[in-house]
Amino acid sequence: MNREILNQAVEEIRKQVPALGRTVYGKPLVYLDNAATAQKPQSVLDRVHQMNAGVNGNVHRAVHRLSEETTLWYEEARDAVKDLIGAAERAEVIFTSGTTAAINTVAYAWSSRFLKAGDVVLVSQAEHHSNIVPWQLACERAGATLRVLPVDESGQWRMDLLPQLLDERVRMVAVSHISNVLGLVNPIQEMIRQAHAVGACVLIDGAQGIVHGQVDVQALDCDFYVFSGHKLYAETGTGILYGKRRWLEAMPPFLGGGDMVDTVTFEKTTYAPLPLKFEAGTGNFIGAASLAPAIAFARSLTTPTLEENQQEIIQYLNEELRRIEGLQIYGEGPNKIPLFSFSVAGCNHGDIATLLDKLGIAVRSGLMCCEPLISSFGHTGLVRASFAPYNTLAEAEALVQGLHRVVRMLR
Amino acid sequence: MEKSIQVLEREVVEEFALFPEWMDKYEYLIEIGKSLPMIQEGNKTEENLIKGCQSRVWLHCQMEDGRLQFSADSDAIITKGIIALLIRVYNNRRPDEILSSDFGFIREIGLQENLTPTRANGLVSMIDRIRAYATQNQ
Ligand SMILES: Cc1ncc(COP(=O)(O)O)c(C=O)c1O
Repeated sequence: MNREILNQAVEEIRKQVPALGRTVYGKPLVYLDNAATAQKPQSVLDRVHQMNAGVNGNVHRAVHRLSEETTLWYEEARDAVKDLIGAAERAEVIFTSGTTAAINTVAYAWSSRFLKAGDVVLVSQAEHHSNIVPWQLACERAGATLRVLPVDESGQWRMDLLPQLLDERVRMVAVSHISNVLGLVNPIQEMIRQAHAVGACVLIDGAQGIVHGQVDVQALDCDFYVFSGHKLYAETGTGILYGKRRWLEAMPPFLGGGDMVDTVTFEKTTYAPLPLKFEAGTGNFIGAASLAPAIAFARSLTTPTLEENQQEIIQYLNEELRRIEGLQIYGEGPNKIPLFSFSVAGCNHGDIATLLDKLGIAVRSGLMCCEPLISSFGHTGLVRASFAPYNTLAEAEALVQGLHRVVRMLR
Repeated sequence: MEKSIQVLEREVVEEFALFPEWMDKYEYLIEIGKSLPMIQEGNKTEENLIKGCQSRVWLHCQMEDGRLQFSADSDAIITKGIIALLIRVYNNRRPDEILSSDFGFIREIGLQENLTPTRANGLVSMIDRIRAYATQNQ
């Protein structure tokens, strides 16, 4: 497609996202830290404002009008999520405060019932700390062990090792759909199939995956799929735990409190049916209500035009980043999303990010909550530029130009 | 005549004021970083490592003829520049001289506000360490 048309399509989207129009240090903002958190469209900001300004009754609690309205918005969001991920029923969609909370819920509640001494939890080498530490804690409690699926030098899962790594002792496979460092879409379908073949349960960390591509939890047949709202253009402090009903029914609750109970006596408490069983206490009902417009926005970004624009950005960066002397990209393959983590020989990652920032370019640097992976590359940190469909090719060009300049300064 | 700490602080503030653009200020900072009195490898100890910094920074200090001698290093060149700037002003001084400074010149340059919070904390930690060395050797 013609570049003009692509640019125009992106500009139309950018108009809906106020933060993208701001400046930093007097320069236009080039926001390339979308994998950390995405900028929100006006529709999301409006929903949050509308909820705070005129609705704001506690969800599921009272019969008065405000509470009813809140509950409607809250449950509408649940429907939107159910549709987005293709869950069989809304009861399988649980609101949490984010990916981290969702993983911890499963790592605690599922493990307390299903993880026994001598069992194994399998994670990949490229997991976010959020998908490592909760499992270490669960293994410690159960007397189980954590096993690691390595990645090869281009960052791809070593699927060839699965026959050795996946045995009957493996009860849980907890892996990311897309790593926040490598930016590769992992072969989760194949992983789920093989894990199920040995009777293991599968949790997919979809914090990045949900943002880049369609997810159908029934077609995938995963047991759990989790993600955060804030990376999907929704309000911060929202997240989703999708779980198959049979697991959610069989798991004990994680947090106890209001909303998650049926009847309470001092002798015995019975729990509310799903999904409320896992939604103890007042949830972030205002944030949750923003999930519906956020999902609508995310869907509006899946046009062929915007898709082509992103592919061009990937291709451009694949070629141009390599021209920078000493630059090494981590995570390569045809399954790449527009997320590039790299090191530059002789330059510190923090220095690069600090100087790019002064040019108005926001990138991430450091260990990115993936210390085991980045340490295995022999680094104390990397630089990461992560794009959203609202980023332009011109912004990718600004990044490359900025890098040339910064690297010259640092050497 | 030896310049006082206050005069040196003023000089640094004026030098940085010559660069209106942040990129140029950083360019200068990097240049200063390259002139850092390098710490001996043997002094890159756990004790000399400054906590609270995003990148690793070592600051070594020893007393010679009643004056504090600093040497340092860091993984990151910008951090090196910052510590070199501090050393340029506070090196080869008596502890009481150092303690008489309020380290306010750093704020005047605008560096602190311009650093990311983690780096700003690192800067505060470096200043605290210089003060601590001065206090111990008083
Ligand atoms: C792959 C992955 N998993 C988990 C998380 C944690 O998400 P949150 O901090 O929103 O709970 C992130 C976010 O950085 C991520 O990228």
